[in-house]
Amino acid sequence: MTLLEIHEPGETPLPHAGEGSPAVGIDLGTTNSVVAIAREGKPAALHDETGKAMVPSVVGYPSSGGVLVGDEARLLMPQEPRNVVASIKRLMGRGAADLHTVAGVLPYEIEPGSGETDMVKLRIAGKARSPVEISAEILKALRKRAEAALDKPVERAVITVPAYFDDAARTATRDAARVAGLEVLRLVNEPTAAALAYGLDKGSEGLYAVYDLGGGTFDFSLLRLEKGVFQVLATGGDTALGGDDFDRAIAERMLAERNKDGLGDQIDEAAVKSALALARHMKEQLSDRDQTSGRLELVGVPSFHALTRAEFDAMIADYVKRTLDIARHVLGDADMAPSEIQGVVLVGGSTRVPLVRAEVAKMIGKAPLTDIDPDEVVALGAALQAEALTGGGDTLLLDVTPLSLGLETMGGIVEKVVPRNTPIPVQLAQDFTTYQDGQTAMAIHVVQGEREMVADCRSLARFELLGIPPMTAGAARIRVSFAVDADGLLTVSAEERTTGVQQRIEVKPSYGLSHDDMADMLYDSLENAEADMTARLLTEAKVEGRRNLLALDAALAKDGALLDAAERAELDQGRARLEAAMAGEDRDEINAAADALETLSKPFAERRMDRGIREALAGKSVNELESRVGE
Amino acid sequence: MDHFARLGLPAALDLELASLDRAYFALQRQWHPDRFVAKPAAERARASVEAAALNDAYRTLKDPLSRAVYLAELSGVEMPGDGKTIDDPELLMEAMEAREELHDAGSAEAVDALAAKVREDMKASLNGLGSLFLAGDKPAIRKALLRLRYLDKFAEEARARRMNLERSSV
Repeated sequence: MTLLEIHEPGETPLPHAGEGSPAVGIDLGTTNSVVAIAREGKPAALHDETGKAMVPSVVGYPSSGGVLVGDEARLLMPQEPRNVVASIKRLMGRGAADLHTVAGVLPYEIEPGSGETDMVKLRIAGKARSPVEISAEILKALRKRAEAALDKPVERAVITVPAYFDDAARTATRDAARVAGLEVLRLVNEPTAAALAYGLDKGSEGLYAVYDLGGGTFDFSLLRLEKGVFQVLATGGDTALGGDDFDRAIAERMLAERNKDGLGDQIDEAAVKSALALARHMKEQLSDRDQTSGRLELVGVPSFHALTRAEFDAMIADYVKRTLDIARHVLGDADMAPSEIQGVVLVGGSTRVPLVRAEVAKMIGKAPLTDIDPDEVVALGAALQAEALTGGGDTLLLDVTPLSLGLETMGGIVEKVVPRNTPIPVQLAQDFTTYQDGQTAMAIHVVQGEREMVADCRSLARFELLGIPPMTAGAARIRVSFAVDADGLLTVSAEERTTGVQQRIEVKPSYGLSHDDMADMLYDSLENAEADMTARLLTEAKVEGRRNLLALDAALAKDGALLDAAERAELDQGRARLEAAMAGEDRDEINAAADALETLSKPFAERRMDRGIREALAGKSVNELESRVGE
Repeated sequence: MDHFARLGLPAALDLELASLDRAYFALQRQWHPDRFVAKPAAERARASVEAAALNDAYRTLKDPLSRAVYLAELSGVEMPGDGKTIDDPELLMEAMEAREELHDAGSAEAVDALAAKVREDMKASLNGLGSLFLAGDKPAIRKALLRLRYLDKFAEEARARRMNLERSSV
């Protein structure tokens, strides 16, 4: 049935539906993701039916087909560990060369990229899938949740990334959004978003620090808040440091204990995943008690493991110390002392760990701010920024480049062109020259990182400036310009100044997507869109069928006496057919059974209606009725 | 347009940081790309260029040393590019001795002491620049700025050394 939409006067929807469509904030986290929306400066996370805001960043590809995201994907883990992917954010924009940093962390078959791009892929459920593709599934699920909660199409978003994400990872995040059908209004650094969520609430001014320890990444940022301006002074972090490391430490200990007890386990993916799941649970328990224990069952053999807070603290002390080292370094970059910090905001689930809180408080000399849920604070800030960008709000975010950008020069040495912590957007240029007589081409190799040698930095792109007129060595003046936009994305161009020969490249990180990859993914997502639609229609048919059955049962209970035995048997048969169809997956059969049942129950329905009318009339005098008729 | 003019500030060595921030924030409010998200591409591109120029101006003028170098260049003092070799034998000798001292500093305290001395030295030199600019003594300005640049590098090295000491002491 088509319902006409009725609107109260003054509440008619805006004529420009596209412009008025809501822009959401998305925290695409390593472990969990959250989507939020802000209205008139008030941000709120969007919850599911059970009231949960967090969607586990887990994607499952069940062998029966389709894609699962979140809790459903997590439930698939015990049965089909190979078909479930968690912590995919760690691989965003990573190439084969980076694999040593994640090897052993991700128990999947990893395929180094082939051909022109170098992005890794995971072999899952018989198909090679890129981190971009897998992240897009999470974004699609968040988008669906937002659309369900807001009852409107959602096509625009502010997505947060760790401040320390390099160009490759930022590009990969933007690509994932595109595959999910979202226009990215802005990539905002997670710590900045967190500060935004706090700053607007409290109207605070002064120097603030954001300590963000998530599942897989750590960021520390210093911001100055002044009259609605959020100025990032310095930022630093580690893209491979987080609560997952804590889990792994506990899991490794448990597996070692089993080994010591002579349980010669076959350590396969399922075992690792079970141990990690239990480890995470125990870690969470230790956030508000002094000891905990867990039961680990691998291939039917159980073992019991106890863990005290003190033991746990000792296991993670090195990781926590590393975060503090980074924090001190960032303070040094900004030329600030810990005592100048007005407040420190804690972000990320791992800041619930008591040792982390205690150590941060000790370094800053102040109790950290924790009044906004650390799991939601980033998404809330992103939502505020989304609102500000689409016409609300008067805040201004002034962000910086997290890592230095430079070029390879002779001998593999890096010449920095844009130093880290430079405010963005930025355009900076540097002049280079030829080193050989008659040199007509120059290779430009763009790198990112703080180290002096190219080999220790991340290679972002290579291109060649051709057509330099032959000159003596050192005579050509080649100006290489770097432009970083407000999203932190880089474009590099080179020009020979004496002749004006020019080359320009939008830095496609070496690990980015080729156009073919992108096309494949968009195509896949279209393909899935059809599957998604089919699934929805099936669900709707089942819901409708269930409603019919309930109505019929209620009617039979009340007025079953109106039917004779043969009629009743016929109706029961029709009912059974619909029930059987609903247990299956064939939508056409469900609809056919529902139609048949409706036809069968028609006489019954008519008889009930007649009886209803008769009952309504019973006890009324003919006169009464006549006088009424005469009215 | 030079950096001072862009921010509407007088081209002077002494600059009140609060007024620099005020001017910068006000102009960024006008030009930051976030203000142009829904605007046509041409306007967005213009805003990006303006905002980048503002950032460049702000960064250059905020730091006293880079501000002094910039002002010197505006006044026609030719400075060698950053990272070029030092052409002042006196300074070269001083630099080598200081570097040796830093290398020998075995504790965080020793490094801190050296860093503190350098900071004092920088402060005094920066204060002394004012009269050189007033007198328009270009060779003296150049010499003083080259020395300041070296002191700045040294402070940076001291910081790196301190980080390394801290790391290895655990």
